[in-house]
Amino acid sequence: MPSEVVRGKRAALFFAAVAIVLGLPLWWKTTETYRASLPYSQISGLNALQLRLMVPVTVVFTRESVPLDDQEKLPFTVVHEREIPLKYKMKIKCRFQKAYRRALDYEEEALSSGSAQEAEAMLDEPQEQAEGSLTVYVISEHSSLLPQDMMSYIGPKRTAVVRGIMHREAFNIIGRRIIQVAQAMSLTEDVLAAALADHLPEDKWSAEKRRPLKSSLGYEITFSLLNPDPKSHDVHWDIEGAVRRYVQPFLNALSAAGNFSVDSQILYYAMLGVNPRFDSASSSYYLDMHNLPHVINPVESRLGSSAASLYPVLNFLLYVPELAHSPLYIQDKDGAPVATNAFHSPRWGGIMVYNVDSKAYNASALPVRVEVDMVRVMEVFLAQLRLLFGIAQPQVPPKCLLSGPKSEGLTTWELDRLLWARSVENLATATTTLTSLAQLLGKISNIVIKDNVASEVYRAVAAIQKSAEELASGHLASAFVASQEAVTSSECAFFDPSLLHLLYFPDDQKFAIYIPLFLPMAVPILLSLVKIFLETRKSWKKPEKTD
Amino acid sequence: MAAAMPLALFVLQLLGPGGWCLAEPQRDSLREELVITPLPSGDVAATFQFRTRWDSELQREGVSHYRLFPKALGQLISKYSLRELHLSFTQGFWRTRYWGPPFLQAPSGAELWVWFQDTVTNVDKSWKELSNVLSGIFCASLNFIDSTNTVTPTASFKPLGLANDTDHYFLRYAVLPREVVCTENLTPWKKLLPCSSKAGLSVLLKADRLFHTSYHSQAVHIRPVCRNARCTSISWELRQTLSVVFDAFITGQGKKDWSLFRMFSRTLTEPCPLASESRVYVDITNYNQDNETLEVNPPPTTTYQDVILGTRKTYAIYDLLDTATINNSRNLNIQLKWKRPAENGYIHYQPAQDRLQPHLLEMLIQLPANSVTKVSIQFERALLKWTEYTPDPNHGFYVSPSVLSALVPSMVAAKPVDWEESPLFNSLFPVSDGSNYFVRLYTEPLLVNLPTPDFSMPYNVICLTCTVVAVCYGSFYNLLTRTFHIEEPRTGGLAKRLANLIRRIRGVPLL
Repeated sequence: MPSEVVRGKRAALFFAAVAIVLGLPLWWKTTETYRASLPYSQISGLNALQLRLMVPVTVVFTRESVPLDDQEKLPFTVVHEREIPLKYKMKIKCRFQKAYRRALDYEEEALSSGSAQEAEAMLDEPQEQAEGSLTVYVISEHSSLLPQDMMSYIGPKRTAVVRGIMHREAFNIIGRRIIQVAQAMSLTEDVLAAALADHLPEDKWSAEKRRPLKSSLGYEITFSLLNPDPKSHDVHWDIEGAVRRYVQPFLNALSAAGNFSVDSQILYYAMLGVNPRFDSASSSYYLDMHNLPHVINPVESRLGSSAASLYPVLNFLLYVPELAHSPLYIQDKDGAPVATNAFHSPRWGGIMVYNVDSKAYNASALPVRVEVDMVRVMEVFLAQLRLLFGIAQPQVPPKCLLSGPKSEGLTTWELDRLLWARSVENLATATTTLTSLAQLLGKISNIVIKDNVASEVYRAVAAIQKSAEELASGHLASAFVASQEAVTSSECAFFDPSLLHLLYFPDDQKFAIYIPLFLPMAVPILLSLVKIFLETRKSWKKPEKTD
Repeated sequence: MAAAMPLALFVLQLLGPGGWCLAEPQRDSLREELVITPLPSGDVAATFQFRTRWDSELQREGVSHYRLFPKALGQLISKYSLRELHLSFTQGFWRTRYWGPPFLQAPSGAELWVWFQDTVTNVDKSWKELSNVLSGIFCASLNFIDSTNTVTPTASFKPLGLANDTDHYFLRYAVLPREVVCTENLTPWKKLLPCSSKAGLSVLLKADRLFHTSYHSQAVHIRPVCRNARCTSISWELRQTLSVVFDAFITGQGKKDWSLFRMFSRTLTEPCPLASESRVYVDITNYNQDNETLEVNPPPTTTYQDVILGTRKTYAIYDLLDTATINNSRNLNIQLKWKRPAENGYIHYQPAQDRLQPHLLEMLIQLPANSVTKVSIQFERALLKWTEYTPDPNHGFYVSPSVLSALVPSMVAAKPVDWEESPLFNSLFPVSDGSNYFVRLYTEPLLVNLPTPDFSMPYNVICLTCTVVAVCYGSFYNLLTRTFHIEEPRTGGLAKRLANLIRRIRGVPLL
């Protein structure tokens, strides 16, 4: 009889052992979700990443710019580093590496010419400057290259001219002036704050800073002519010519920042959403500023989604008001009509109201043929385009002459400045995306992580690190490309559809499925284990009592 | 939308003066057309066609400028290198037996077939992307098109437009019969029209009327066509078509007359200023059946005769661009009346409302002698709410019998008798004269089997399998862990005790 009891005990223990040793791991293995390993520590390390933005500045001294004994010390290198105070988790440091050298012969010759423009033309030819680098020429204190009251000059390319000084502390004084000019041409707090506007806590300037489009690989620009009243107006616009003449050169200059596609359309019977107010004194109609936001929504449904690509769309609308609401003017806050009769909406585009000349109505029967003056329109739209790309006017140091942009409407250093800002923005976006992805994956254990998602994450992390390194060594072009790759890879990983497959699998359903099987199997095993345990304890206690 | 800001103008140094503004001929044109056809069954079919022609080589030009041609579709043509695209959404089925052959054919649900240019390398990928984009443009579930429902027909779907070679490798065809067509598909379709739905024929496109019909089909056809007679260059043609069949009997209380206002609840007020042609055609062919003649109002200015779909037809034409058509009355409401109304029949129909009232269909018919009249009604099976099923849902649901009340002419003329005096069995139904007698017949009730769902099936299966496994496991476990031993009975049964009692009394030794 005891042998039978022992056999029963052993059988129960064996069952429990099989269930624990074989059953549990088998169940665990077969119901496990595949989760490729991710570089979690590196991702959390990205948050504390120190961005060091290096701007290589070549400073060229002409013969009479500084005292002779100072000239003897050339060439040498000075580094000016400064932290940019932003309420952002990434520390951003700006580093101007100034390589001082003496002017070469042809440079001397160029800088002794009559005007800054001429000098520039002569300096341009021999060398191509790298993206993001700057060259500052220091000329003699009394040089006639600049007007006498001007201390410095910023050119349309990557060059600037600063007046020298004959002083004991010449290098220090000139160094400060150079820094001022270089900051205006490359990185300032404002530019970076605008780039990181989405990642910074709200402040009162945020609306202004959130105006530029978010960084993207490409942009679509759509010009739409809205003609709500084709019975009265037969509007023609030479958009092909205008795009070729004005928009395309600007976009070619900007092509380093992304791909651009331009198209245009004419929409008939597309009305604005609000009724303008009639002003009997001037017998014209007015749109108040607080009404402007309501204008866009009804029009937008007609604009048509950009079906062919995923790039953000910039809309520029030219609105020819219907005969019953002509002429139509936009009023600003104070009630004065806006000179351009146009407004823009951040990250969306711009609208310009184009009134038909009232003389045209007397001349002929309806519909009146209207030829749009494209120069007037394109001036407004290009200015809005600059604003929407975040190419703002720089903070020019006092007594500085700013050259006008080239014919494309964009200076080279403005493009560099945009690339700096976009690189930083891309890095911030990619870091945020990766961090939220890592958080999400850590929080929800049901999500399957496939190998391709993991490889995209690794690629994004590597690209962020590469971009940061390139920024620190002053290679702007490659840093920008790497930052774009980081954004693409991180978004690719974040929006991978395989992440969603098993997302909804709540616990109550699991219990409903498992309990009918596990409860009848587990209860006998547990009960017999409890019984065995109690018996063993009893048999241990008995000998103690007898002792 | 975020705050809009007035702009401080930044003066640009722009190149060159603006010396252009040459009056060039329009490179695109729009024609719109509505054909109204009274169908043999008494219903009315209305077919809209909007044709936009664009003299442009879409695929060659980097920057595209659109005027009448919709940008959304133009971008598709250039991005996916399309040669032809045919997309239709149809609700209902065109009943050729009752309605005759249709102008535009389309299957129920959504149909998409596309010819790609031979420059496309990965046709399947483009096809997948294209169907996804179209799904977004038309708010339809075209994104369910995948390899399981895509075919490449080799013979039946030839290009409808200009084509040099027809390598069917570049053709893809798919049908989604389940697609339900509704307002959300019509709205984006209307947005593609240059005049939107503000002027011209498109003002008639009011969703609540268009979907209150027996048949609704809308389509988009894009194809390249010859620009001129010698076909030296190509133009792109976009045809947007929409056909509907109005059930004139039900809405018109049994009359076959109709008017634009009754069908669309709108009238035509102005032509689309962008259209080069805007016409309404009304089929006034005299079928000469039952000696009926029809009359259209206002009288048409011109008529048009041609052989269409195998029969000679006459159409009345209303040209909206002709100022006389609309100017007289400020709007155009075409009406059609049948001169001699149909026979002395009467139809009353009261449609059902879900869970509120049943259908009622009453017909007054004069039957010719020795004829068979069949009245059949179609119905659809629907799923009830789960609480609405009877305790024995598999038995079926009853449809109440139909009633036939008839005045039958009697063989023998009866004498008029006093109603009070006549026997009771003959005087329930009053009869006006002796030549007829009244009969009311009932048909059998109809027992309809409705589908009965079983929602709990998967859980039942899980529970059953688990129970089976648990029972097997339980007995196996018991067998292995329990010990069995025979227990000696301590005392005997009742019989033994009784026997011992008797033995004790008798003084015999106990058992």
